[in-house]
Amino acid sequence: MNLKRNKVLLLFLIPGLILYSIFFIIPTINAVIYSFTDWDGLSPDYNIVGFDNYINILTNDSIFLKAMGNNLKFMLFVLIFQTGFSLLFALFLIKNTKTNVFLRALYFFPTILSSVSVAFIWSFVYDPNIGILNTILGYLNLEFLQQSWLGNQNIAIYSVAVTQVWFHTGQMLVIFVAGLQAIPKDLYEVANIEGASRWQRFRYVTWPMIAPSATIVMAYTTIQSFKAFDLIFAMTRGGPNYSTEILATLIYTTAFRSFEFGYASAESVLFMIIIAIITVLQFRILRASKVQE
Amino acid sequence: MRIIRFILLTLFALVVIIPMMIVVLTTFKSTSEVFSNILGLPSSLSFKNYVSIFTEQPMSRYFLNSVIVTFFSVTLTLLFASLIAYSVTRMFGWIGVIIFSLFTLGMMVPAQVNMIPLYQLVYNLGLTNSLLGLILVNIAVTMPVAIFIITGFMKSIPKSLFEAATIDGASEFKMYYKIAIPLSLPSIAATAIFLCVMHWNDLLYPLLFITNNDYKTLPLALLEFQGEYATNYPLLFTGVLIASAPMILAYLFLQRYFIAGITAGSVKG
Repeated sequence: MNLKRNKVLLLFLIPGLILYSIFFIIPTINAVIYSFTDWDGLSPDYNIVGFDNYINILTNDSIFLKAMGNNLKFMLFVLIFQTGFSLLFALFLIKNTKTNVFLRALYFFPTILSSVSVAFIWSFVYDPNIGILNTILGYLNLEFLQQSWLGNQNIAIYSVAVTQVWFHTGQMLVIFVAGLQAIPKDLYEVANIEGASRWQRFRYVTWPMIAPSATIVMAYTTIQSFKAFDLIFAMTRGGPNYSTEILATLIYTTAFRSFEFGYASAESVLFMIIIAIITVLQFRILRASKVQE
Repeated sequence: MRIIRFILLTLFALVVIIPMMIVVLTTFKSTSEVFSNILGLPSSLSFKNYVSIFTEQPMSRYFLNSVIVTFFSVTLTLLFASLIAYSVTRMFGWIGVIIFSLFTLGMMVPAQVNMIPLYQLVYNLGLTNSLLGLILVNIAVTMPVAIFIITGFMKSIPKSLFEAATIDGASEFKMYYKIAIPLSLPSIAATAIFLCVMHWNDLLYPLLFITNNDYKTLPLALLEFQGEYATNYPLLFTGVLIASAPMILAYLFLQRYFIAGITAGSVKG
């Protein structure tokens, strides 16, 4: 009876599993296989080169290291500001009053736009000649702050990071609000009776109770910042001079601009490993800090 | 404290609203007016940019392509994912667990990891420059998240419901669409919205597979306007508004569901 039921249920898997195998599992395995070749993506044959691609990337490729550095700068900036702002605004907007619900919906709004649209809007904000930001700085007599926000190699990656924070803070805020609303009210009553200050209430009640939401927000923000391909591609294409190149855009450029499929595959396998390491570390750290509370 | 709260909330609201307002206003300006009057109201309510973008570009074609790709990607993902979720929920023994893990592992793999072999595969199958290719890839890529969300929900349906239905002689398929689907509708709706936003806005796969104007979706078309119109912001923003209009309209009416759906997607994804 149970076996018969399983047989019928196996039929339910067929369409999804076939598509998933062909268009997801096999390509992922192939990425690993290609990474050991020197394939250019065009010619029919290629050579197996063993770990050469990996060795080259790790010892001899300044652009890959730069992209990784950019990725970390971008991630840290977004992680700090997006988590900070979304938690702060969630604390402000915790009650379900009409104004608060409206503001949450307003802050959430950018999330539904496409990365390409957001990239265009912010290219206009940052435009050195007619941009919104420089114009406003001009009105405020702060001309000395005016910048070529996306053209200056030293700050371009942070300009894009600000856009990313604008794009997704509202989304993270909603997760924090849900977490905050789930905290039992009596905990705060006890804290009040014991004469806890505002900061102590946050430190000893809110923060430990919000840890699960914080885990989700930080894990998601990290992964999202590694996947910011669309935004960066539409905003800067990784330029100027690789200053906004992150791993995701670098893999694309290596494969489809330089036609080094084998080499790009090795980059993508390393990319996958880096993301896996960061995810594991993050959960370890957050779990450890939760146990201590 | 209350003053700080008020100032910060207002500031952030302005940071969201001002760029959006300027986008809308700019679509009514000419290029020269943008230079002379960046932040102000347009001198007249001219729809010239809207007319020229539809006459210069096959906008309605792009729009239709986006609708087709999004519609079929979302409905088929939901269909296949809910079948798998049901099967995994009901199955005995370890097969269900293995299948479920196989899909959830997929959530860990970023799209850029397998895009090169995927491009090769789609090319070999002759599916570049076709909406079908885009749809098939979209389904495969978003199935993990969909299965994850829907399975979580289906697992909470009381087992006794299925047992009772089995005794009454209901087939598995009947139980799938008479019990499991109606009872997990909230999670399916949430997933649907999440997937809609994702597929409507996706750039990567159209960028990889589509070069022919007849098959371009809106995000890819927009991206190429950038090359064509450079800093002609009035036209670019007209494109942005047209491409975003369906999502903005839907958001105005279904805010709560959007927020719930996208949050479910991000928490699980």
